[in-house]
Amino acid sequence: MSDIPSSLHYTEDHEYVRLTDDPEIVAVGITDYAQGELGDVVYVELPEVGLSLTRMDEFGTIEAVKAVSPLYAPVPGEVVEINEALEGDPSLVNKDPYGEGWMIKVRIRTQADLKELLTAADYQQHIGE
Amino acid sequence: MTDGLARTPFHAHHVALGAKLVPFAGFEMPVQYPTGISREHEIVRTGVGVFDVSHMGEFEVTGPDRNAFVNRVTCNDVGALAPGQAQYSAILTDAGTFVDDCLVYRFDDKLMLVVNAANAVKDWDHLVARKAGVNVRLKDISPEVALLAVQGPASEALVQSLTRVRLDAIGYYHFDVGPVAGADCFISRTGYTGEDGFELYFRPRSADAVWSALVGEGRAAPIGLGARDSLRLEVGYPLYGNDIDDTTTPYEARLGWIVKLDKGAPFTGKAALQQAKTRGVRRKLVGFVTDAKGVIPRHGMDVILNDRKVDVVRSGGYSPTLKQAIGTTYLPTHSVTPGTGFEIEVRGKRVPASVVALPFYTGGSVKR
Repeated sequence: MSDIPSSLHYTEDHEYVRLTDDPEIVAVGITDYAQGELGDVVYVELPEVGLSLTRMDEFGTIEAVKAVSPLYAPVPGEVVEINEALEGDPSLVNKDPYGEGWMIKVRIRTQADLKELLTAADYQQHIGE
Repeated sequence: MTDGLARTPFHAHHVALGAKLVPFAGFEMPVQYPTGISREHEIVRTGVGVFDVSHMGEFEVTGPDRNAFVNRVTCNDVGALAPGQAQYSAILTDAGTFVDDCLVYRFDDKLMLVVNAANAVKDWDHLVARKAGVNVRLKDISPEVALLAVQGPASEALVQSLTRVRLDAIGYYHFDVGPVAGADCFISRTGYTGEDGFELYFRPRSADAVWSALVGEGRAAPIGLGARDSLRLEVGYPLYGNDIDDTTTPYEARLGWIVKLDKGAPFTGKAALQQAKTRGVRRKLVGFVTDAKGVIPRHGMDVILNDRKVDVVRSGGYSPTLKQAIGTTYLPTHSVTPGTGFEIEVRGKRVPASVVALPFYTGGSVKR
C-alpha cells in the first residue's frame, strides 16, 4: 500500500499538489505510488523559474533506471522555485516524495484551480488500492 | 495483465517478497524487489544475489550424432568442449545473422542448449527443421528445469556452504553435477553479470528447498530482471532483441570469437560469414556514453551521425556502477574509434554521445 496523505490534492497522472504556508504557493511532486512504480529515480529534469504553466503542460521529465516519465502541471501558474536538491540527490523522490522530494513550487492564481484535482480518496480509487 | 502468463517454480516466493511482476517472454517475472534496481545491482557487484531465470529454454540433445548435429546448428566448436565444459555460442540463419545466442553444455552422454525464453519456440523449430537424416533425439526439457543464477563476489562462499562438491575445482565455463541444499544440480560457473557466480539447474520439485537455502538475511538477496539488464549492459554482454537479432551478424556484434570457420564441419550461416569475413563488415556494435544532463538513452531512440540516421539505440540505460548514462548502437566501421562523436534523438532534442571501448565496466569478480 502506498502512502496517500489526505491533506494533498492529486492528478490521474500521479502528481500531487501540496499547500504551503503561503496561500498563493503550492508544491508539486509525484506520489508515493508513482515513485514506487517508476523505481530508482536517477535524473529529474525541471523547468526554469519564471516559466508560466497551463494545466497539463509538460514541465519536466523524470528518468528512472528502467523508465522515463513526463511530468504534467496539475495546476496553472508560474514556476517560482525548483527543488535544486534533486540535482545532487534525485533519490529524494523515492525516499520522501511528499517532503524533500518535491519538484517545483507554483504561484497559483486562485485556490479554485485546486478543485479540479482528485482528493486522496479519489486518487486511491484511481490507482486501485 | 497476467492472463495466460506462465509462472516459474519460484513465483510464490516473488509474490511473498513483494516483487514487482511483469510479463516477460510469456512469463510473469520479477523485474525488481522492494530493494530497488540500483541497490540490487550494487549487491551483485559487491556481495551475492540470486536471480530466477527459470524462463530460459533448455533443449537436451542425445543420440550418437549429437555432437555433429549441434556443431552443424551452432557456430562455435562443440569439438573443443570436453565433457563438463560449456561454451557461449549462437544459432544462425543462412545469412549468418542471429536466430539466437545460446550456451552449449557438453555432458558424457548428452548436450544441453540453453536459449532465450523469447526465442525458444523459434529455436526449437529451427533445430527440428535441420534434424533430418541425423541420429539424434531432441527434447525440450524447459518445463522440467528450475534455474537460479547465484552471482557476485560472495557467491562461491554461499554455494559452497550448501554443497560438498568442490567449487574451487570448477573453472569458468565448466560445470559439475551434485547436490546443492539436497537437490541434484548441474552447477555451472557461468553468468550474465560480469561477476563470479554459478548457474544452478535442478528439478522444479526442489525449488523451495534451494531458494530458501540461498535467499535470506545473511545469505543472498533476490535480484530482478531490471538489475540483470543493467549488470549485463555494464559488462557489454549482448541481449537478443537489442544488441543482436536476425539482421546482425556475429562479426558486426564483435562476437567473431564464437565463430569457428575452421572447426572442420559445415554449419548454418558459414558461407555467409566466410564472405563477410573476407569482405569486412560495414558496421560494428559500439558502446557509448552521453554526458547530457537528465538524459538516458533508451532502446529504439534514433542515432544520428553526420546529420544522418544510421541506427537506433540498441541497449541503453543508466549504469548504477559508473553513475552515467550508457548504451550501445551500430555505427559505420570508419566511425567506431573511441572518442568519435555522434548524436541521439531524445524527445525531439539531439544530445551528444561519444563512442567508448566495451565493456563499460571491467572491475567484476568473474574468474576467466
